[in-house]
Amino acid sequence: MNHWPFIIAAYAITLAGAGAMSWASWRAMRSAETRADALRRDR
Amino acid sequence: MHAFANPARFLGLARPLTPWLFWGGVALIVAGCLCGLLVTPADYLQGESVRILYIHVPAAWLGMGGWTALAVAALVQMVWRHPLAGVAGRAIAVPGALFTAICLATGSIWGRPTWGTWWEWDGRMTSMLVLLFLYFGYIALSRASADQAGGMGDNGGVSRVTAIFALVGAINLPIINRSVVWWNSLHQGPSITMRGSTIDMAILWPLGLTVLGFSLWFGAIVLMRMRTILAENKVEARMARMAREGGVQ
Repeated sequence: MNHWPFIIAAYAITLAGAGAMSWASWRAMRSAETRADALRRDR
Repeated sequence: MHAFANPARFLGLARPLTPWLFWGGVALIVAGCLCGLLVTPADYLQGESVRILYIHVPAAWLGMGGWTALAVAALVQMVWRHPLAGVAGRAIAVPGALFTAICLATGSIWGRPTWGTWWEWDGRMTSMLVLLFLYFGYIALSRASADQAGGMGDNGGVSRVTAIFALVGAINLPIINRSVVWWNSLHQGPSITMRGSTIDMAILWPLGLTVLGFSLWFGAIVLMRMRTILAENKVEARMARMAREGGVQ
């Protein structure tokens, strides 16, 4: 049995999950901190 | 510890630390994965599929480590009423659940060529699946309590019931750890213990890079999520104050 398709699938799932989590967390942080800074400036 | 009860002081440390943890983690993950895929030899028994080790083990470590951190945060919240403990708990839950799911998925993929099956209802796999459901329960409870508190409240938006749930759920951690010793399992016994490792050094060494890399990356994600919760809370508090002031005029 060729093991490489299994290895590629496992790495792809891990890196896709970690990449999506990084992107979502960074975007949420940027957007929340930008809104907080904008409100502070408007005060 | 209470020095960081002040969110401003915490943010003063978290802001510069986040990119260092993130990019340091990414560099170690890339180096560890490349070495694990291209440099180390295949196992004499498992063949090439042993390379899944370099992502499966960090995922298991972070899935279980995430719940350990959740339980510690719950304890700190209940005993010392630290205002950031609840925020930390909420920030840890989603990445912890993600790594538990990745551990189950990569384990299942590894199982097919080595055991001849995708899944087996044995102690290790079932207790890990229970951990994933515990994470889902915690996420649902903490979101509900944060909504009810209207943000952070006094306890970071995590109710006492949610904190107790995190502490009780920690019972599953020693069960996961000892499951391969207590019950017959397709899963191998403990390979890395306090007394050393049964894995040959020629295969083992990139695992240190990926475990450390994913741990640093996990720390960066938790800091990002804590910063998000704190910033959202600040916005909500300010909007509420503006609405009150607008109502008074």
